Amino acid sequence: MALASTDEIFSRVPASRVRVDRLAGVGVLALAYGVVPAVGTDYWFSAILIPFLVLALAGVGLNVLTGYAGQLSLGSAAFMAVGAFASYNFLLRVPHLPLLVAFALGGLTAAGVGVVFGLPSLRIKGFYLIVSTLAAQFFVEWALTKWSWFSNDNASGVITAPPLLVLGHDFSGPRGRYLLALTVVLALGMVARNLVRGEVGRNWMAVRDMDTAAAVIGIPILKTKLLAFATSSFYCGVAGALWAFAYLGTVEPHGFDLDRSFQVLFIIIIGGLGSIAGAFLGAAFIVLLPILMDNVATRFLAGVVDPSNLENLQKLVFGGLIIFFLIKEPEGLARLLRTAAERLRRRAVVR
Amino acid sequence: MPFFLEVLVGGLLAGVMYSMVAIGFVLIYKASGVFNFAQGSMVLFAALTFVSIVERGVGFWTAMAITLAVMLVLALVIERVVLRPLVNRPPITLFMATLGLSFMLEGLAQTLWGSQVHGLELGVADTPFEVHGVMVSQFDLFAAGAAGALVLVLGLLFNKTRLGLALRSVADDQLAALAVGIDLRRVWAVVWAVSGIVALVAGLLWGARVGVQFSLSLIVLKALPVLIIGGFSSIAGTIVGGLLIGASEKLAEVYIGPLVGGGIENWFPYVLALVFLLARPTGLFGEPRVERV
Repeated sequence: MALASTDEIFSRVPASRVRVDRLAGVGVLALAYGVVPAVGTDYWFSAILIPFLVLALAGVGLNVLTGYAGQLSLGSAAFMAVGAFASYNFLLRVPHLPLLVAFALGGLTAAGVGVVFGLPSLRIKGFYLIVSTLAAQFFVEWALTKWSWFSNDNASGVITAPPLLVLGHDFSGPRGRYLLALTVVLALGMVARNLVRGEVGRNWMAVRDMDTAAAVIGIPILKTKLLAFATSSFYCGVAGALWAFAYLGTVEPHGFDLDRSFQVLFIIIIGGLGSIAGAFLGAAFIVLLPILMDNVATRFLAGVVDPSNLENLQKLVFGGLIIFFLIKEPEGLARLLRTAAERLRRRAVVR
Repeated sequence: MPFFLEVLVGGLLAGVMYSMVAIGFVLIYKASGVFNFAQGSMVLFAALTFVSIVERGVGFWTAMAITLAVMLVLALVIERVVLRPLVNRPPITLFMATLGLSFMLEGLAQTLWGSQVHGLELGVADTPFEVHGVMVSQFDLFAAGAAGALVLVLGLLFNKTRLGLALRSVADDQLAALAVGIDLRRVWAVVWAVSGIVALVAGLLWGARVGVQFSLSLIVLKALPVLIIGGFSSIAGTIVGGLLIGASEKLAEVYIGPLVGGGIENWFPYVLALVFLLARPTGLFGEPRVERV
């Protein structure tokens, strides 16, 4: 699966481009922290921006494992669930534990579980590995439902988030939850970006492109694969904690079912395999498309399309888009954006 | 002891039903190296199409013929629109394409025919009868017979016909097959059509059992561990794998389940498959891959 071209990895980025990129970064930050909190409505925060941020983080996690390290996983939702329930239990059972520390501990617990289910990847390759990640998916969902200790003996396994206090500030309102999610996601996104650009990322890509060859040139396969599983699960775990605490407030294990895993996988296919920015683009796409289709259907197709059929139509469109992207643009929205940016830049230089 | 036997027999027969779905996988994997996640959706699509046609007052066999024709057309379209543009792409890409395909088929089937549950009557009653003190379901036996017949027909097709020879050569080495003049596209279309037919048979049997509804497409998740244990490229393997999974799943649910709170049917087959894989990474009958740098 050769997705990143060699020039992308080895090229020296021209100084002018670095400046432009940095400028764009500052612009995004100003928009996210300055403009959006000022003009955003509660609906935008709760229904669009927070799920977008959380799913993007989960996408980054899966992209580390599938896009960079080449290990296909259908268990992202399981690791999200572990992160959510672990954070909840740490907060519940450890007095005076800061919220962000609980998120980190939840992520680490997910990383541990991820390593356990990643162990078979050393002996099993390719599609056979799906069985391990699916085992994780079904086992975690079952364990969280059956063993009520995880949900503090709630009869239906539902957990409810406590008030979100960070350093004495209350982040429980929609705007607060947005800022909390934004900060966590951006910080972890930056870490991931640096990680995949360094030695670790190169090792992952080498294993992805051909693990036998990677072993021959001295890359420790065991360490590299397990590190990919741990990192990926950590990100999914924190995303799960945010999903439970910052987005929904209450979740049950079935909120993290196989469909959620597929959703995360679709995010990285549409956004771009092997691209951190792609996870964000894909998440935006997957959050916005159903809302868009909903609006189109109610505005223009009222009476033509049965509302109960809308979900099926959505499936049809999603499936079609997946196939379309795989055929036409396997590197996803991230590639389209990059191509467009290059074109604009070239035009600017010519003038 | 009779209780143990009853659970065992019930499990074995359920396993045969799993194998039916897994066979469709193997056919496609052998001929094109594509791991077809959409097999479950094809089962749903075929069964839903058949039932909806029957409900519109068409006779059983006519409906069967129409559904077969629909599955053939579907196979041709899939080959043309999905597979051909993706030739020479990595297997993981093709897998994800079939994931998209499975969403499309589920959406299409339910958009066309609605998402309510349909009953399906095949004329075989689901009544148990007694053999030496063990209760056996008549329907399960019928299903096992159908599966046996299907495997027999497929075996004849693969081993005794010219088409089968072409299929086997493609499975063996695509490049060599192309070199001797075998039309790869036609072979793929044929294979997808055959697995469409297998999907129809599986869909009818499962549909008669649990009703024709969305959950039919989820049996793909039951067939996966069967496939893993049997190996991706062996039809005999899927039968053995199906029997193993079916029997151990039911026995585990009855004997281990109560100890841990029950409901372990969902994940137990996967853990079992995982244990098998750790011992034999390519399944019981799978061919080990030689890797060259």
